[in-house]
Amino acid sequence: MLHQARPATADSQAPANEPVLALSGISKSFPGVRALSGVSLELYPGTVTALVGENGAGKSTLVKILTGIYQPDEGAIRLSGDEVTFPTAYDATQAGITAIHQETVLFDELSVAENIYLGHAPRGRLGFIDRGRMNRDAAAVLKRIGAAIDPDARLRDLGIASKHLVAIARALSVEARIVVMDEPTAALSYKEIEELYALVERLKAEGKAILFISHKFDEIFRIADRYTVFRDGECVGAGLISETDHDALVRLMVGRPVGQIFPKREAEIGEPVLTVSGYSHPTEFADIGFELKRGEILGFYGLVGAGRSELMQALFGVTRPSKGAIRIGGEVAVIRSPAEAIRRGIVYVPEERGRQGAIAGLPIFQNVTLPSLSRTSRQGFLRLAEEFKLAREYTSRLDLRAAALDRDVGTLSGGNQQKVVIAKWLATSPKVIILDEPTKGIDIGSKAAVHEFMSELVAQGLSIIMVSSEIPEILGMSDRVIVMREGRMVGEYPREKVDAETLVRAAAGIGGNDAFRK
Amino acid sequence: MNDATQRAVPDRLEGRWTSYLKSWETLLVAVAVFVFVINALSSPYFLNAWNLSDATFNFTEKAMIAMAMALLIISGEIDLSVAAIIALASTAMGVALQYGAGTPELVLVGLLVGLLCGAFNGWLVTGLGLPSIVVTIGTMSLFRGIAYIILGDQAFTGYPPSFAWFGQGYVWWVISFELVLFAAIALVFGILLHWTSFGRTVYAIGNNPTGALFSGVRVGRTKFILFLMTGLMSGIAAICLTARLGSTRPSIAFGWELEVVTMVVLGGVSILGGSGGIPGVVLAAIIMGLVTFGFGLANVPGIVMSIFVGLLLITVIGAPMLWQRLRERSA
Repeated sequence: MLHQARPATADSQAPANEPVLALSGISKSFPGVRALSGVSLELYPGTVTALVGENGAGKSTLVKILTGIYQPDEGAIRLSGDEVTFPTAYDATQAGITAIHQETVLFDELSVAENIYLGHAPRGRLGFIDRGRMNRDAAAVLKRIGAAIDPDARLRDLGIASKHLVAIARALSVEARIVVMDEPTAALSYKEIEELYALVERLKAEGKAILFISHKFDEIFRIADRYTVFRDGECVGAGLISETDHDALVRLMVGRPVGQIFPKREAEIGEPVLTVSGYSHPTEFADIGFELKRGEILGFYGLVGAGRSELMQALFGVTRPSKGAIRIGGEVAVIRSPAEAIRRGIVYVPEERGRQGAIAGLPIFQNVTLPSLSRTSRQGFLRLAEEFKLAREYTSRLDLRAAALDRDVGTLSGGNQQKVVIAKWLATSPKVIILDEPTKGIDIGSKAAVHEFMSELVAQGLSIIMVSSEIPEILGMSDRVIVMREGRMVGEYPREKVDAETLVRAAAGIGGNDAFRK
Repeated sequence: MNDATQRAVPDRLEGRWTSYLKSWETLLVAVAVFVFVINALSSPYFLNAWNLSDATFNFTEKAMIAMAMALLIISGEIDLSVAAIIALASTAMGVALQYGAGTPELVLVGLLVGLLCGAFNGWLVTGLGLPSIVVTIGTMSLFRGIAYIILGDQAFTGYPPSFAWFGQGYVWWVISFELVLFAAIALVFGILLHWTSFGRTVYAIGNNPTGALFSGVRVGRTKFILFLMTGLMSGIAAICLTARLGSTRPSIAFGWELEVVTMVVLGGVSILGGSGGIPGVVLAAIIMGLVTFGFGLANVPGIVMSIFVGLLLITVIGAPMLWQRLRERSA
């Protein structure tokens, strides 16, 4: 079935009711990245609109604009036809927009009712908080969402799922016409998800306009009435759910010629370098087994929270697995710390560049030489000339753009910081380099440089594991792709036999367990 | 980006001397000279070799600890139990004296107690993962508490003359043993922090402990060694101080932890960790010694000195933060 993409603004459907909220031509740029360009979105009362798109498509940026956290560079927001702005989060709340975020900040030491009404608690005559009313109101809100939680309980005594329900209750405790739900079921179990769907139905019946962001196709088709698809910060399609299907949505999400921006060159693939078998962690992943060959790029695809980063950090010695074995070059290796992993030739470029990758307060050259100090120093004494030499060699190979090598890494752009982190690892002459979302949040130019360089490395005989949530990157760069879902491997595909649809289906769990086909 | 056209990235933009001139240490030298001149103008007794030599005793023992403390604070930790370690080490030496220990044994006991206390702090912080500020406030009470239990309101006296030399002896003319020892310790720590890979990892940990761990730095082991060093320096300071006073009371070195931390922070070490250096802390120690001595010559009571140290500590911690906030607001 072919589906025609069309912009959401001029909706030919002529809906029975007017949109309560209409965004048009919204653009937002960050240094080096254009997060949104000219997107439109309409929300109708009593209607659930699903917002779909890959990671990095601009969904979260849009939510932040809707809730007053970001200001759009261009474009208009109309509320019931009147143009409005939300200079602060408070203004958005006042306008009747409330949001249930993926990760909510709650306060463990406060009671459930205090959490729900923090900042807008009912006041008594003297301006003191009216506790009795607050607890009664909280109980009413909790009842409305079908949560059996005592408003007087302390939050820290609740489980994760109950905390999530408190967050939902908090969002609904304000008088809202528009409810934004950002992956609300990501942290919930099956039963709680059912309860959430029931809640969405109730909100719909109350006439609320709901924006529902989700990666799970089954739930989109179950509860949404309309959809809008974002890709690379643009709106590429919108319409009624009843007029589309899984395949059409997936095509809209990923539909972009793959292979142009990702220049993976052919490299000779040799003997196995790293063999992982029966690798398990108490909570994060289970029964992982794969083989990485010399000169190979092995892609790991999956949704956020599928356990990919946790697996890689275990391989790098940051966390300990509970079971399983690693062989490096045929030899059994037990890796207890990053220092040991580095000695064994495994290095890791983390996703959280600022916290785990670069050391922002140290100069570029010191970042590069940090894991190689035993080589650049003599009997423990630093040799600056050697350090500059090593840093110069590897940063120039990556085409680093910086004022000088003695500048702090914190002064560089995201892409150049990433180059410093990669240079740091190359200087250790590794065998296996694990790249976790290597191009997340960096500009197109640096992205191309990183991809180009990956090709160069495997040509020189290195092996690469690449964790990525960007389908074009996975398809363009990987020789082989492993898909993970909920901590398990659910599919392994050679380069020739994989396409975007297959990956999205396997990662989201659409279409049963037929994903393993080699 | 205007630097995008530039292909080759230079090693440095400005010479090392230029960056030295702009540094905090240069400012400290100016302050030291200023305090020296004020002292010289206000008291006729100041410019006398023996008086100046006496003045060094105002800071040498504290400054020895400050050297190790500087590394510890740069790594993002702190040890507030240092003065209590002095009390415990001094008490232990007193007990050893009662059992007939000679000078070598006394020294050994002092060093050993310092090391053990440092190891205990280090284990609590790196082994159990507790925050060092809480741990060392606890051990501060613990160590001094033990000293009080052993001594009550008694005092140990009667240390042998050969032992007294560590606190009262002169190596040459007006140059005391303590001053020489401090200079040697400062040199060792300066080299360790600035010229070795160990020092580099201390900075890396202080800047970003997670990033350092992910770069293969043994973060726990490094921090443990730093606590050990701080304990050892407290033990050495205990030997010098006990030898100089010739007696041990449980209240010995009371409140020194604040002066040590003030020296370190005044010396340009960020209380948040990650930056600073040994030369600055040495200069800060000299400044504080000169100010104390100047106050003494002017007959200013001790409590005023305590007020001065408190204000100085708040100022040197607060000033950089205020400066930062002002810059952010104007940017």
